[in-house]
Amino acid sequence: MTLDACQLVVGLEVHVQLRTQTKLFCGCPTIFGAPANTQVCPVCLGLPGALPVLNRRAVELAVQTGLALNCAIPARTKWDRKNYFYPDLPKGYQISQFDLPICGPGWLEFPDPDAPEHTLRVRLVRAHLEEDAGKSMHDEKSGRGDSRIDLNRAGTPLLEIVTEPDLRSPQAAKAFLTELRLLLTYLDVSDCNMQEGSLRVDANVNLHIDTPSGKVATPIVEVKNLNSFRAVERALAYEQQRQWQQWQRDGKQLGEVPKQTRGWDENQAVTVPQREKEESSDYRYFPDPDLVPIAIDAELIERCRACLGERPLELRLRLQQEYGLTAYDADVIVAQGRALVEYFEMVVAKGASAKRASSWLQQDVLRTLNEQNLTIEQFPIDADKLGELIAAVEKGELENSRARDVFQYYLGHPQAGLEQARAALGIVQVDDRELTELCQKLLDEHPQIVAQAKAGDLKGLGALIGAAKRRNPNVDPRKVRSICQHLIEQQG
Amino acid sequence: MELERLSAVELGRRIAAGELKCSEVVRYFLDRSIERNAALNALIEIDEEALNAAEEIDRRSSRESRRSPLEGVPIVIKDILCMEGKRTTCASRMLENFTAPYTATAVKRLLDGGVLPIGRANMDEFAMGGSTETSYFGVTRNPWDLSRTPGGSSGGSAAALAAGMAPLAVGTDTGGSVRQPSAYCGVVGLKPTYGRISRYGLVAFASSLDQVGPMAHYVEDVAALLQLMAGPDGRDSTSLPAAVDDYLGALGKPLDGLRVGVISEHVEHPDVAPEVRQAVQRAITHLTDLGAALEQVHLALTRYAVPTYYLVAPSEASSNLSRYDGVHYGYRDRPAEGVESPLVSMMSRTRSHGFGDEVKRRVMLGTFALSAGYYDAYYKKALKVRRMIAEEMRRAFERVDVLVGPVAPTPAFSLGENADDPVRMYLQDQFTVAANLAGIPALAVPAGFNDQGLPLAVQLQGAPLSEATLLNVAYHLQQNRFFVPRVAEWK
Repeated sequence: MTLDACQLVVGLEVHVQLRTQTKLFCGCPTIFGAPANTQVCPVCLGLPGALPVLNRRAVELAVQTGLALNCAIPARTKWDRKNYFYPDLPKGYQISQFDLPICGPGWLEFPDPDAPEHTLRVRLVRAHLEEDAGKSMHDEKSGRGDSRIDLNRAGTPLLEIVTEPDLRSPQAAKAFLTELRLLLTYLDVSDCNMQEGSLRVDANVNLHIDTPSGKVATPIVEVKNLNSFRAVERALAYEQQRQWQQWQRDGKQLGEVPKQTRGWDENQAVTVPQREKEESSDYRYFPDPDLVPIAIDAELIERCRACLGERPLELRLRLQQEYGLTAYDADVIVAQGRALVEYFEMVVAKGASAKRASSWLQQDVLRTLNEQNLTIEQFPIDADKLGELIAAVEKGELENSRARDVFQYYLGHPQAGLEQARAALGIVQVDDRELTELCQKLLDEHPQIVAQAKAGDLKGLGALIGAAKRRNPNVDPRKVRSICQHLIEQQG
Repeated sequence: MELERLSAVELGRRIAAGELKCSEVVRYFLDRSIERNAALNALIEIDEEALNAAEEIDRRSSRESRRSPLEGVPIVIKDILCMEGKRTTCASRMLENFTAPYTATAVKRLLDGGVLPIGRANMDEFAMGGSTETSYFGVTRNPWDLSRTPGGSSGGSAAALAAGMAPLAVGTDTGGSVRQPSAYCGVVGLKPTYGRISRYGLVAFASSLDQVGPMAHYVEDVAALLQLMAGPDGRDSTSLPAAVDDYLGALGKPLDGLRVGVISEHVEHPDVAPEVRQAVQRAITHLTDLGAALEQVHLALTRYAVPTYYLVAPSEASSNLSRYDGVHYGYRDRPAEGVESPLVSMMSRTRSHGFGDEVKRRVMLGTFALSAGYYDAYYKKALKVRRMIAEEMRRAFERVDVLVGPVAPTPAFSLGENADDPVRMYLQDQFTVAANLAGIPALAVPAGFNDQGLPLAVQLQGAPLSEATLLNVAYHLQQNRFFVPRVAEWK
């Protein structure tokens, strides 16, 4: 038997920090990176007698996300306590949702990494709201009391999205996560910043193996500490190999050993067994008596639905159908976020062709954004101006390389219009008679290029075009080439 | 002058009228407290800072309007309600040195009304107990008989009142913890409707049952205290949005047409001492004289109240008390030497040594009831029975306005009598826990004394938010001299 006989099976648990001004159950701010323990109050510190009060905004963001993920939204949801001891969990329990999550079953469709024209669909089990824990930095072994706990993060709203085990390859898992992050960014419900921990991923992995005696499943392993989508991809590929080898060694199947938790070690590129939080995982869930159940009425759902806007999947299709973009181009633009899509549409509305607009966006605009580390909202050239510029090229009023000069000029002169740019750059249209005279002059000056051309070698024409541009930067290189060719032919 | 014989409302009136100086009143009760606390141990801490506030009140011009009818009147507060800058111990080693950085809503409202806290009242540890014997700071004694318990868990509050150490007290009631000590000490004590007084800043024992309760010798004082503390609070999601009734204004209104139900199962219960039964009979006679119509009411489910309560309350407690792990605040023990995880060792030793036996018993009980495989059989079933008990109560209040019965089966028992028998101790709660499970208001009303000189009491229960009715019925009993407010004296 070979590795071909085994099928990787992956389910993901994604924790998303919701973008609320304040925490889930108190008024403390949720800003990342503040000095330790400065964004805390009796409630999120879990002080005796303090009580949680729900932040309604988190419910709205969760419902919005659920709707975008095609989830069933129940009319009523409630809060439960998940009990376990951990130093960064100040109450000794986490307020979470057990049997009535705010989002029921749903699904997400995303481009198939193996066939970008097609999509894959992953079913979602549920998504529930819960409060985040704090952060501990400790060295238990030393026993010298040098542990540090920062509770700034404690109480930040999290949405935990749980998928069915529908993913079949590391690449598919990465593609799913990429689409999920893009969707959440479009919804503006989360920063999705993995470095800051606002998007965290755990993976449940095992193998389904075809054996002569039928299909068997290997024990499910939970992989944690996946700090980037690339880490997810690598860790899953590693687990596939490791579990295959493990199975070949011990033949252990699902249910024969307890579920294992392993952590991804980025430097060693391996997963290693992790110590469990508690020996048993009996969290003793029960309804939180400090909070009342939440009724989600039709009005709230409609209000959230109205905030959804077009989702990436819909946008990609529309850009292809409405503008004739290729799947690849549509994906590149959509992947940059809603603001860039809107920018693109405005550029086209000003008279640019979709193809040219797409190419300008992907080359000139995105390159500038990357180089200068700007967002499209901060980009100095507004869409109308770029549209006007590209339209001038479309109409043949402006030569492409001169348009790039204008683009560069605009970057340095955000207030300038096209006329001012033309004047500043000395851009005037060259009439055909003037151009023919220039070409004739150049041919006269370079008889050997003429001779080569007559012999069928046109390489020298490039030098003529360069020379023409040096004498008059406004000349159109294509025209120079065709006129020169024409004149040479006339010479016979 | 014996100020302890005056009602708090009367003290407040005299202070406002300039007939008494507030600072003299506060000094008087502070001195009494210091003197009597030596024998009773009713207060964990006596706070002379109240004198500053009292002097401020004395300096104020008489033209300024009073903040409340209780302005300038001293109060003792159960050591389970947070008060900024004050130690809030819950009578536990775990919080022996915990200073609260914020003030409970109920206390804040008292302070806003100008009531002056002069002491922190002793209690059973984390309000778990019915005798104030589980306090880390030692037992409290009953002023009517120092060999007996004042009841619990608000035993310090009740004993302080009975001894005239303060005219007002605040307790908390999760299964009878205001009413039973009030009964044992001969004072009036109310457990309001669940959600009527904010729980914000009340250190949780069992969140779905806990309520702050006003206590005093006089019904009007309990009404005035409730008036101050009751009302919605944005910091407590379970506080009721309903507007607050005029409790003081309702006192004295005629009782014509009042329908009184007698809980047969309670009155005829074999555990009930004869003098307690007689006290209930006497109350019934008085109420009939006052024009009430009588009816026998059967509460068949009431025998399930204690087992239900002792699943729900410990389950919630096991979770509520998880925060005391030695990590963030409170008592912290050292980890054992040479253990694999010093952290786990620290936490487990902190909880082993920081909590007393009764607290640990309930935490273990609750942890067990919530465990996988037992949840359905215990906790979930208890919630179902709880709903049925509430429904039975609701149906009863379709027919009657007030239920009358005993508070506890007997008068105050001797210290140590039930200490080794937790089940017998828990059965002290058999007539009080149903009100917490159903979330209804219930009032302990004094009913004279038995032939040993121990206070007797009856319990009045009503539909949700019927506090005004309960207090008015009790006020009529007081005016009709069914009971006479009395302070205990001993040599």
